[in-house]
Amino acid sequence: MADFLADYLPILVFLGIAGGIAVVMVAASWFIAPQRPYGDKADAYECGFEAFDDARSRFDVRFYLVAILFIIFDLEVAFLFPWAVSLGKIGIFGFWSMVVFLGLLTIGFVYEWRKGALEWE
Amino acid sequence: MAIAALSFYVFAFITLFAAVNVIFARNPVHSVLFLILSFFSSAGLFVLMGAEFLAMVLVIVYVGAVAVLFLFVVMMLDVEVVASRKGVARYASVGGLVGGLLLVELVLIVGGRVGGLPNQTAAPVLPIPEMAERTNTQALGDVLYTDYILLFQTAGMILLVAMVGAIVLTLRKRSGVKRQNIQKQTLRTIDEAVELKKVEPGSGL
Repeated sequence: MADFLADYLPILVFLGIAGGIAVVMVAASWFIAPQRPYGDKADAYECGFEAFDDARSRFDVRFYLVAILFIIFDLEVAFLFPWAVSLGKIGIFGFWSMVVFLGLLTIGFVYEWRKGALEWE
Repeated sequence: MAIAALSFYVFAFITLFAAVNVIFARNPVHSVLFLILSFFSSAGLFVLMGAEFLAMVLVIVYVGAVAVLFLFVVMMLDVEVVASRKGVARYASVGGLVGGLLLVELVLIVGGRVGGLPNQTAAPVLPIPEMAERTNTQALGDVLYTDYILLFQTAGMILLVAMVGAIVLTLRKRSGVKRQNIQKQTLRTIDEAVELKKVEPGSGL
């Protein structure tokens, strides 16, 4: 257990360095740079004229569809990792188990392809 | 392992801090960013527990995909930054009920652990292998696709249903959209693309 956690020590060190650099950069610009804030500096800059409306506008629902389809295939790939490392032990049954799983998702993939869900138009 | 204990407390503190901020952040986009921070530090906690694979999946799936989906949802809901504060009193009863139920469940689980449920004394059906001989990912793969094939295939079915459901709910064809048909474009011959007209001088077309 202890050996395995020692493998993660470099990542912890990197996390510490990254956090440290981020804090130093923000803090340095906070303390060293001159601070003269006024309202016009915080305005949205839109080629010199007043902003028409809020930047927060409603997104098309199709982005949501793309994101959901991405998550599903992301999960499919996540299932592939443990299968790949222990394929030697689970044998032919485990192999076909995964093939059935992939086949199920391929049905969905063919469905979305034929439906045109992958087209942006 | 003082470092492990220290990192546990740091990750646990960041997780709780980010989770509280998910609820109390004024801007919904900030809420999603705090949620991502919460996912990241939970991944750290998973690593400390020895669940390496879960930690990586948490980062890949939740941070990489679910958080992006949440951002899209936040953008799609078109939430007013100020107006979202108004419903706090209205939803307090429902939220309190769900939160209370979760609290009771947590107390039951922790209480069962501490007090010792009678059926907990038996040895676990599938003992977790020692980390030195089988890594966490291998231990998962050893049982997931064979012993737990029913759950695994059910997960596949759920993914299929989710895929079909998302397409049925959100896909709509737009009429009057001009699209590029590359095959049609390249198969066009000079005969149908160009027409020669004999124009008499002074008469026009």
